Amino acid sequence: MIGGILRSAKVRFGLALFGFFVLVAVVGPWVTGSLWGVSATAIDYHHLHAAPSALHPFGTTGTGQDVLAQLVVGARGSVAVGLSSGILATVLAALVGVTAGFLGGRADQVLTVLTNLFITMPSFAVILIVAGYVQGASWLVIAFLIGIFEWPGGARYLRAQTLMLRNHDSTVAARMLGENRRRLIVAEVMPHLTGIISAMFLRAVVAGIFAEAALDFLGIGSADTISWGTMISVAQDQNAIVRGYWWWFAPPGLCIALIGTATALVNFGLDEITNPRLRTANPAAVRRFERAARRRARTVREVAA
Amino acid sequence: MPGDQPVLEAVDVGKEFPVHDRFGGSRAVRAVEHANLALYPGRITALVGESGSGKTTLARLLALFHPPTSGEIRLDGLPVTAATPRGEYHSAVQLVFQDPFAALNSLHRARYMLRRALQLHGRGGSRAEVERASLDLLRRVNLTPPERILDSFPHQLSGGQRQRLVIARALAVQPRVLLADEPISMLDVSIRLDVLNLLATLRDEQGLAMLYITHDIASARYLADTVHVMYAGQTVEGGPRDSVILQPKHPYTRLLLDSSPDPARSMADGADDPFAGVAEAGEPPNLADPPPGCRFHPRCPFAMDECRREFPARTTFADGGWAHCWLHRKGRTGELLADVAVS
Amino acid sequence: MSTTAQSTAPTGRRGRTLGPVLLDVRGLSVDYLTTHGPVRACADVSLTLRRGEILGVAGESGSGKSTLVTALTRLQRPPAVTAAGSVEYRPVEGEPVDLVTLSERRLRRLRWRDLAIVMQSAMDCLNPVMRLGAQFVDVIREHDRSMSTRAAKARTAELLRMVGIPAERAASYPHELSGGMRQRSLIALALACDPALVVMDEPTTAVDVVMQRQILAQLVALQQTLHFAIVFVTHDLSLLLELADRIAVMYAGRIVEIGSAYDIYRSPRHPYTEGLRTAFPPLRAPVRRMTGIPGAPPDLADLPPGCAFAPRCRYATDDCTTAVPALRPVGAQHVACVRTEEADDAR
Repeated sequence: MIGGILRSAKVRFGLALFGFFVLVAVVGPWVTGSLWGVSATAIDYHHLHAAPSALHPFGTTGTGQDVLAQLVVGARGSVAVGLSSGILATVLAALVGVTAGFLGGRADQVLTVLTNLFITMPSFAVILIVAGYVQGASWLVIAFLIGIFEWPGGARYLRAQTLMLRNHDSTVAARMLGENRRRLIVAEVMPHLTGIISAMFLRAVVAGIFAEAALDFLGIGSADTISWGTMISVAQDQNAIVRGYWWWFAPPGLCIALIGTATALVNFGLDEITNPRLRTANPAAVRRFERAARRRARTVREVAA
Repeated sequence: MPGDQPVLEAVDVGKEFPVHDRFGGSRAVRAVEHANLALYPGRITALVGESGSGKTTLARLLALFHPPTSGEIRLDGLPVTAATPRGEYHSAVQLVFQDPFAALNSLHRARYMLRRALQLHGRGGSRAEVERASLDLLRRVNLTPPERILDSFPHQLSGGQRQRLVIARALAVQPRVLLADEPISMLDVSIRLDVLNLLATLRDEQGLAMLYITHDIASARYLADTVHVMYAGQTVEGGPRDSVILQPKHPYTRLLLDSSPDPARSMADGADDPFAGVAEAGEPPNLADPPPGCRFHPRCPFAMDECRREFPARTTFADGGWAHCWLHRKGRTGELLADVAVS
Repeated sequence: MSTTAQSTAPTGRRGRTLGPVLLDVRGLSVDYLTTHGPVRACADVSLTLRRGEILGVAGESGSGKSTLVTALTRLQRPPAVTAAGSVEYRPVEGEPVDLVTLSERRLRRLRWRDLAIVMQSAMDCLNPVMRLGAQFVDVIREHDRSMSTRAAKARTAELLRMVGIPAERAASYPHELSGGMRQRSLIALALACDPALVVMDEPTTAVDVVMQRQILAQLVALQQTLHFAIVFVTHDLSLLLELADRIAVMYAGRIVEIGSAYDIYRSPRHPYTEGLRTAFPPLRAPVRRMTGIPGAPPDLADLPPGCAFAPRCRYATDDCTTAVPALRPVGAQHVACVRTEEADDAR
């Protein structure tokens, strides 16, 4: 199944894009800082809000900081928050959803109430209030806050899937053979959910990055770290759009959009694999055939006329 | 090697499922009522019925999927209770599912499935022993070449091969009873017979007791020694297969037989058109609100007052068959068939 | 061959005289365009259907029988495409038309009025949120604009009565009907515009045998009075033997044998037909141990060379793997098997 997923060009491209950003987040700051010698915070007084040039490939901010260096360092902030909140949300979703679906009964009722409670909560507003209360919270706190509100949708979906898998003939057969509950979950139910869970994880990471950017934009994020959100926020504060400093806000915006595209591509690819109608069809061949058929029909009509 | 003592028995078993209507009220669907069934070593009992007849519910009761509402299930003569260890029960009683595509986890190889089944029932041992036992199981169900099958995922097998693998897995626990729920209905026509023949071989050579559930009365006659007919949750007739099928003693069994395709009869010289004179015979009842008495009476051409009031007691016949029908209790047997002696 | 057959005015079962040819299918091939290249699900299918005839098509999964149904009615959707062949439909009035190349607009006019279809799952064909009667009125008025709503409602009641459904059931939603009634109402809907041809794909597979018999008896009675032709597709050969005038047996996308139900029953010529005939245990005849056909139906994407049945055939010789045998007249039927002539000589 994993191999089948990787055969899809969409999935491969999406994963590559995603991997690129993670790579930038991990080694990027070291490359720009130590290798290339550009600091994200150093101020170049000669080049304030300068357009892209050889010296500053992505231009500089209003305070003369290199946008490329900020983008790379900001990637670390954004991706770190996205990944940690994504991991937290996915683990919670899997834990709550699969447990509720598999155990059923009282446990299911309690967990479903909990899930619904979190779903109905105006999560972003709550994050906003709590993050504002914990002034200058570290990125880990932000990630925790985002993750804690990100899981309920996934949990609900996983519960439904687990419920179906629990009553599936193959699970019933394993139970009749005497497999214990832990083994039923780990060996019979969970492997069918890996595709869903990985897609869910990617989505959660991106949602985390979006949420972090939004918090920063509203000035509630971790104050002293650079992230894509703070970059856009500062650009906005200094009227970059009105004054035409597009290189200041466009790159971080584009990065956020690209990482969103990456997950969308992976999800499209997964959809093609799980939907049998889309799986084997060769759309290009069908189009070619239909064109040829129309041509043939036309000739037949002309000959008849 | 047929035995005299039943391995598995359903004694006066009933099952109700609560259903909730749209006003929040709840009623009971009486899916099975007063069902009696005994499975003997080396014998196959067929349970024939249409959808909604309760035949699958009865099988699931016997597989302990849910407890019966009334009556009891006996293994080796001992009642099965909530305290009966499930593991022990299922090492004696295994189920073969209708859909071989769904019954196998698509992410496991045949090797894994057989190994787990063997290990869980104390037949583990060394890797080589497990391997040998697995190959042996595959050979017993005629899956060849066993070495290659062992490394296959379910999607690499055909429908018939998958069903054989399901049977092999059930056999791994060395059960004494096999409950086969429509084991051939999802298979291609050309390979159904081979699966039936395999089940017959397991009965003859291993002395397995088997329940064969089907809607196809012709296959029941081919495979089974004893046939039971269910209608709307009630067992209406049973007995040796030819007693039931060649001399049906219940009007429903007769309707079922008359409705089943039988080219041998319709192709015979001078035969009538098989579709001429087929009367409207209504439909099975809603089990949430079944008719009182014999549930077949609204469709029965012989229905009388008694049928609407009370479910008839069992009448047994000289040929070993029995039926629940008022005709026999009212001395009207002759109207159903001429030459049957009531014992 | 069709010209000689035409002159003799053949009779079908139940003493019916069959009319002239209604449908002439020649060399019909259907491909599934997959990512691994085209897969031929239906290969070089040729058959004729007369007015008032019941043609049974028997086959297992992957035999191409359902693909044939969708290709005949042009209901197939990509990636399935008709790669070759023609389906000539000969109406009572007007010129014959080729359903394969007919424009969408003209095809729409033919549907329901000339050819109708009944599928296996009534639930997929009926609109779940519309009352039954409204769906009938829609279809009737779509094809006869001149008809008033009142007249269409009267026609609906008449159609429902025809298939044994009380007229007041027109006010029901599909889910309120039993499976048997839903299937009957689909048949009634197919007959709404008095078509000349009804194509049925496993129309009674989802219902129980008792209901199946009742529905088919009704269908046969209706066909006696309305004289439409039927293409009846099913995996159940024993049912076709009782129902059909002629039977086409399909295997791996090809017709391997076609002939009258009587001949297919008495003297099946193709080894596969022979195997299928004995694959159904007898209902009343003495029980003896029978054997099925060894092996399993092939993967259409990976067919064996020559005759696709050869790997499962007990008569197979080296000749069988060299070329795909063509459908040739053998005895009273047409058979695609290299061995049939020798077998005839031996008899």
